[in-house]
Amino acid sequence: MYRYDEFDAAFVRDRVAQFSAQVQRRLAGALTEDEFKPLRLQNGVYLQLHAYMLRIAIPYGTLSARQLRQLALIGERFDRSYGHFTTRQNLQFNWIQLKDVPEILSLLADVEMHAIQTSGNCIRNVTADQFAGVAADEIEDPRPVAELIRQWSTAHPEFSFLPRKFKIAVTGAAEDRAAVAVHDIGLRIVRHPETGETGYAVLVGGGLGRTPMVGKWVREFLPKPHLLAYLEALMRVYNAEGRRDNKYKARVKILVHEIGIEAFRARVEAEFARLDPSRIQADAEEVARIARYFAAPAYADLPDNPPAFRRARAANPEFDRWAAQNGFPHKVPGYQAVTLSLKGIGEAPGDISSAGMRLVADLADRYSFGEIRVTHAQNLVLPDVRQDELFDLWQALAAGGLATANAGLITDIIACPGLDYCALATARSIPIAQALARRFASPERQQEIGPLAIKISGCINACGHHHVGHIGILGLEKRGEESYQITLGGDAGNASAIGEILGPGLGAEDVPDAIERLVAVYLAHRQPGELFVESVRRLGIEPFKTAFNAEIHHDAA
Amino acid sequence: MSTAKLQPLPAILIANDLLTGDTVFFAGNGWTRHPGEALMAEDQAASLRLGEAGQEAMRLNQVVDAYLVDVDLSAGGIPVPRHFRERFRLLGPTIRPDLGKQAEFPGLAAQAGRTR
Amino acid sequence: MTLLDRHGFRPDPFRRLPASEIAGHPAVIVPLADVQAGLLVRASGQRIGIDIANTLPAEDAVPLANQVDLIAIAFPGFADGRGFTLARRLRRNGFRGILRAVGPLIPDQFAYAMACGFDEVELPDAVATRQGEAAWLADLAIYSTSYQRDYARGQNILDARREARQGGGA
Ligand code: HEM
Ligand code: SF4
Repeated sequence: MYRYDEFDAAFVRDRVAQFSAQVQRRLAGALTEDEFKPLRLQNGVYLQLHAYMLRIAIPYGTLSARQLRQLALIGERFDRSYGHFTTRQNLQFNWIQLKDVPEILSLLADVEMHAIQTSGNCIRNVTADQFAGVAADEIEDPRPVAELIRQWSTAHPEFSFLPRKFKIAVTGAAEDRAAVAVHDIGLRIVRHPETGETGYAVLVGGGLGRTPMVGKWVREFLPKPHLLAYLEALMRVYNAEGRRDNKYKARVKILVHEIGIEAFRARVEAEFARLDPSRIQADAEEVARIARYFAAPAYADLPDNPPAFRRARAANPEFDRWAAQNGFPHKVPGYQAVTLSLKGIGEAPGDISSAGMRLVADLADRYSFGEIRVTHAQNLVLPDVRQDELFDLWQALAAGGLATANAGLITDIIACPGLDYCALATARSIPIAQALARRFASPERQQEIGPLAIKISGCINACGHHHVGHIGILGLEKRGEESYQITLGGDAGNASAIGEILGPGLGAEDVPDAIERLVAVYLAHRQPGELFVESVRRLGIEPFKTAFNAEIHHDAA
Repeated sequence: MSTAKLQPLPAILIANDLLTGDTVFFAGNGWTRHPGEALMAEDQAASLRLGEAGQEAMRLNQVVDAYLVDVDLSAGGIPVPRHFRERFRLLGPTIRPDLGKQAEFPGLAAQAGRTR
Repeated sequence: MTLLDRHGFRPDPFRRLPASEIAGHPAVIVPLADVQAGLLVRASGQRIGIDIANTLPAEDAVPLANQVDLIAIAFPGFADGRGFTLARRLRRNGFRGILRAVGPLIPDQFAYAMACGFDEVELPDAVATRQGEAAWLADLAIYSTSYQRDYARGQNILDARREARQGGGA
């Protein structure tokens, strides 16, 4: 993984010193709250309901065991011994005091981490496929380019006071696991159809929030040496022309929508034509330097699917279920990537204790070259586990409560913090996730239902990605009560789609039954091998809508 | 201003402490972490004074985001916000009864009641 | 208003006047609408600047850029970053005169403003009182390096790495 050189290290230290001074100026009254807020946000500090929150970047979702141990320590010393992994490959601590933030940032800097640009109207931390570097369906590892963009976008003099936040995601694989189409910019590493050269296909204007939109192609093939100049051109068009009169219309998706993708493309290309990419782009040696950090670890020469692994699976159905459900094909024979679910039944999605972090760190050292990945589904991944050691790993995880075999299943629910923590929330989201997980707790039943993504947000800002959930749940307030709006048919993958609303909002206690009714329609009508979301696409929303509303009308009548 | 919206009563003043971020309540002679010690505004004039105290404390960089919250007093002296958002804010996360003021101040959760 | 450049607070040699009143003043800033009139009556050696909004397309400012000595870009609020982009575009289009940011910027933007091509900042007095000279100058000194090439800053990290590589033998 990437290691800071002297320049990166000095930069992060300077940043810590700068923020310490900013806190002092705030306390002295030199900075007003209005002036301080964007500064603290650009250092990851939010104010929530009960305390400050600190959002720490896990760039492109790659974390070392040493870093995870440091997070565990910070959780114990400055928080309540737990943290929350988010859909954007960040970690949030919920009980932080402002006065401690400089010290925490300094502890992060000790392990080459930071909270820079994890919030605010700037280019946010760049996210990538959690299986980067190990996925069998990958054209190229997206992390070197994500790191290049991270550096280029850090403390950018021109783009630190944008109309609104700006999120970039990159994937290098055939299957999009980074939800690139719902980011302000989505980059896909592609091969040129004629030359075979790799470059980028660029999507722009995706996003969720109150006006969900799927990104549009702005450039089908961007040669690699043009990347930073092209991004500079695009950001410049957005910074100059993005709306600033209404913060709900300030994202680039609205600009693209209002002037049209053709006009937007023309403006970006006109700006790009005036730039000299060689003055902006990192040179080839620098790109190569970054890429070297992501070289594959020293894999052993192993047979695939060795007898010991097969025997352990045959002898232990629970292990077999976990290996099948949470395993992910590795490009190297004899290895496997595995998801460590942070969705234990009844747990808060994405939460992990400091003790849990230490356990994962130790297991990563022991079984996965000391490396951990953070997924946008709020889970962790050990990317490089030998199949013949998977059973040992599973036993250790099971002892620590981290072996729930539900990756991608109906209880692998994404949920934002909602009204249990978040000052913007209109309703709670975590208790809904917990109730649903309990309802569908049976492993056999989950297996029977198959892959199904439920995503829950506690308000229209859509941090829980509800729009792109196969089933989406949005918490609102209705007549002084929490009320939940259910959507169906969203998709965050290659076939990205925004879900449709099924009917009137429900009280919290009615949500599990309503989801049961949707699942029942699927189970009754599915064709062999058809996934939930595929059935929805084939059948259309109507049969689900009818089932969903049947009970509700009875209740109301 | 005669057009100002009437503040539902009784009301307390709630904010976050600038330095710690902790939820705090105005107690008349400063800020307190215990809602039971919050100063109550029983009439419009008192609620205006409370609002001004909030503005002043923000100006003096003691707290941020100060605003009035209308409460119910039927719970044994503890002012319980009528809106569920403020109730959660006063008690702590509903999913972690071991954290927040509900855990810190014995009896608070029992008196202020959980959400309906 | 208080004027500030990379050396600190200093007196403002420019005065804001309509074109009809600029005679006898060595350095003036006129409204954009008045600039043609101002240029017509400009005395030899007299410096003329213009005030522009941050929404003015760079192309519209270009024809003027070679004729005026100063362009003052308004920042309606510190969080409105359009002025940074406009400054970059004016510099890229070859403007060599003084670029001034006008409005309630905060010290934490000073280095950014300089990197985007500004020379100076004109602040409301209230901001300059609350955020003294030291805070502004400190911002210029915080970062020894930055990650962006092609911005008017000291050293940038990418080029520094290249130099380190090329001088690798030393
Ligand atoms: C608790 C404090 C949080 C606050 C105050 C907050 C605030 C916001 C706001 C205001 C938006 C809407 C922005 C817009 O549409 O322009 C947003 C969107 C988003 N947030 Fe958060 N958020 C919080 C936590 C989280 C968490 C925990 C996650 C991950 C689980 C997250 C991930 C996202 C994502 C993915 C979006 C959608 C981005 C898009 O619109 O394209 N946020 N957040
Ligand atoms: S969706 Fe709303 S409630 Fe949930 S974290 Fe985002 S802002 Fe908060």
